[in-house]
Amino acid sequence: MSTMTNAISRRAALKTTLQAAAGAALVVGFDATTSRAQAAAEKPLVNPLTSWIKIDQSGKITLRYSKSEMGQGITTSLPMILAEELGADWKDVQVEHAPVEKAFGPQGTGGSGSITTLYTPLRQAGAAARSMLVSAAAQRWNVSPADCKARNSAIWHGSDKLTFAELVEAAAKLPVPDFATVTLKDPSEFELIGKSIPRTDIPAKTNGTAIFGLDVRVPNMVYAVVARCPVFGGKVKSFDASQAKAMKGVLEVFEIEPTPDVHAIGGVAVVAETTYIAMQARSKLKIEWDEGPAASESSETLRKEFRRVVDSPMKVIINDGDVAAALTHAPGDKKVACDYELPFQAHATMEPMNCTVHIQNDQAEVWAPHQAPDMVQMIVAKVSGIAPDKVQAHATFMGGGFGRRYQGDFPTEATQIAKRVNRPVQLVWSREDDMMHDFYRPASYHRMNGAVDAQGNITAWHHKYTSTPISEWFSPNAAPESSELGLCSQLPYLTKSYKLEYTPAKSHVPRAWWRSVEASVVGFVLESYMDELAHAAGMDPYEFRMRVLGEDRLVKDALDKQDRPLDTARFKGVLQLCAEKGNWGKPMGAGQGRGIACHYAFHSYVANLAEVTVKSGIVKVDRIVSAVDIGVPVNPDGIRAQVESAIVYGLTAALKSEITVQNGRAVESNFNKFATLSMKETPIIEVHIVPSTKAPTGIGEPGLPPTAPALTNAIFAATGKRIRKLPIRREDFA
Amino acid sequence: MAISFELNGQRQTVDVDPKTPLLWVLRDTLNLTGTKYGCGIAACGACTVHIEGEPSRACVYPISSVAGKKVTTIEGLSTDLSHTIQKAWIAEQVPQCGYCQSGQIMAAVALLKKNASPSPHDVDDAMSGNICRCGTQQRMRNAVLKAAAEIGGKQ
Repeated sequence: MSTMTNAISRRAALKTTLQAAAGAALVVGFDATTSRAQAAAEKPLVNPLTSWIKIDQSGKITLRYSKSEMGQGITTSLPMILAEELGADWKDVQVEHAPVEKAFGPQGTGGSGSITTLYTPLRQAGAAARSMLVSAAAQRWNVSPADCKARNSAIWHGSDKLTFAELVEAAAKLPVPDFATVTLKDPSEFELIGKSIPRTDIPAKTNGTAIFGLDVRVPNMVYAVVARCPVFGGKVKSFDASQAKAMKGVLEVFEIEPTPDVHAIGGVAVVAETTYIAMQARSKLKIEWDEGPAASESSETLRKEFRRVVDSPMKVIINDGDVAAALTHAPGDKKVACDYELPFQAHATMEPMNCTVHIQNDQAEVWAPHQAPDMVQMIVAKVSGIAPDKVQAHATFMGGGFGRRYQGDFPTEATQIAKRVNRPVQLVWSREDDMMHDFYRPASYHRMNGAVDAQGNITAWHHKYTSTPISEWFSPNAAPESSELGLCSQLPYLTKSYKLEYTPAKSHVPRAWWRSVEASVVGFVLESYMDELAHAAGMDPYEFRMRVLGEDRLVKDALDKQDRPLDTARFKGVLQLCAEKGNWGKPMGAGQGRGIACHYAFHSYVANLAEVTVKSGIVKVDRIVSAVDIGVPVNPDGIRAQVESAIVYGLTAALKSEITVQNGRAVESNFNKFATLSMKETPIIEVHIVPSTKAPTGIGEPGLPPTAPALTNAIFAATGKRIRKLPIRREDFA
Repeated sequence: MAISFELNGQRQTVDVDPKTPLLWVLRDTLNLTGTKYGCGIAACGACTVHIEGEPSRACVYPISSVAGKKVTTIEGLSTDLSHTIQKAWIAEQVPQCGYCQSGQIMAAVALLKKNASPSPHDVDDAMSGNICRCGTQQRMRNAVLKAAAEIGGKQ
């Protein structure tokens, strides 16, 4: 009784193991300088396996997904691609998370890259399996494979039919075709791709049965919390655990060392019979901290540092034309000088960080709500000293990710604790732990000087940019600007002169990838400034954008010429669709306004239009209209959901939330201070998808960058007040 | 101290510190993990359950105050996804990460018990104490209104 997987996987595993050895070596946690680098690291697999697909003789088809589910719908969209090429009836399909095996390639989920990188490999895997089933059927009928078709979980020759169940045993004995030569379906024959398929994970998310990291329950398990220094980077000097240890249900209290390579700061671990007891005991610890150099940092000192940097000579990144001359020699041109400022942001996933580890002698098991279970496996191995192949890593559902769950700190801590405890242990971060020890979206400051002439041409664009760069934390050898610039080095708008300068600001605040990464910053700055230039030129902001996008052309990233170029025709396409669906130019009532903004991130194009009403000092966002071009839309309703999601996340960051720093620590420690958009404040959101046959790209993040500028541009249209600092404050528009 | 209460129609007795919040009794003592920990200070709604039919934040509700009362959690709503709200949630494809959804659904069920034909404004009012970071607010609003219409249609 051989299933297809059994027959195929040995051969295929061999191939991919060789591949992994040749190039795709797994680096634990310290690679990835930017999301773009992440995406590049996840080059499409040349030859993944048909171990993606299991068919048993009852006809049950199991499709595996190799990426982790954090809400983006990947448990449906990836299997859809396999099922499409396989010719499976979706009703026969069940899905499961692929185990952590090199055979599946890199299993990190981020950079909006899952569909981008796996679309073709999964089509090939599905087609390879289909071709084996077709061959088996053709042999049975003694006909040409070319005359057979796969459909509805069966192979058809005219009206003759053999089901996958009937064929699987014979098919599994056939050689696996070379994936590069398998025939892919013509997109006109697609039956699943392009249709809105209900998500496979939703039923379990309506009855409490979906298992997130915190829901992992292992027999005999215990719970742990860690007391960390509230100051970023601070360490334990000494501690007294006598009161904590005296509590009923407390098992152990001990110090864990800092782990600098994953930016885990160490602390005092408390292990107890329940989470509540562990938390109560932690509050009884008396700890003396060595607060370290961060203790004197605050949002005010950082703002001074930002201004010092932009007032000083900076590193010139791009210098095209003569910006200084353009700004001084044409007195008739309208000059626009302004500064923009963006704060730190916490990810604030609904499920705080956590990780469950069980170490037994020379083997370990780990359950982690993590964006990269393969990385978790390596971390547990490294920290425990157990061989990676003896570490079984389970990916659970994640209660939000947004980039936070790509970090190695919480699996490291959990393993440090598990090494000391002879029982399975679940490390739980409280909400305060999570918010005060996040890796925040960098804070940044931007000084802009530019000009437009009487015809509406941009004559000068000078951008001085400083921030607390991500690269400093993860790639200290890389140029600091490499993680920060985004579209600043791929400006789609025509300008007669362009100067871009970047110098990092000194800060001790941890920072990393936050939903859409640098695009969340750059999108706000570029699209706000475009609006300012349009108004200075006396032009309609939409018309102005279309004008300075110029002829249809491809724009390369000046710093990464290998990256896929931006297509201005597609950029204009989403702007146009958005303006049309959003009634751009139609009259509005008093106190109302429309704003538009467009961005390109993760190779996807998104334009957002906001409609607001500003009354009695309150901004009400009435509606957001979004247009997206992401190539072939695999699961349209899933795409709409992701854009809705990114817009709400972006509105929260624009209107409600920030992390401020005082005495080297985060002031906002829970949802009572870190406010988020409520249902009452959530606008109507409409998402329009540009029909396309181009290669599909990701949509987990690209909806976010044009959200804040669409909103602030709308507030300007409604009030004449320009918002240059986020989050939006009442005094800035009322 | 042994404390008894009715959980999803069945009598439960637990022996824990009486100050222990109901949330941790459900999750760690009874291994009923559908009710989620989000903030611990009644600020996010992820732990919403019904106590005597009232939507309550289990993370700040000491187990001693639950003694003798009826508690319903997400697991007690239906065993087969047949609750009108669950069906509406699936029809509108509401959840994304899903972590807040137990609490959201319990809040929605409580609203419809009190007000079977809520206006969109009523829905916003009743649901605005529950945080969702995935941004499913619009779909939840539509799902509650759809469920209300469904209930209204049956009456």
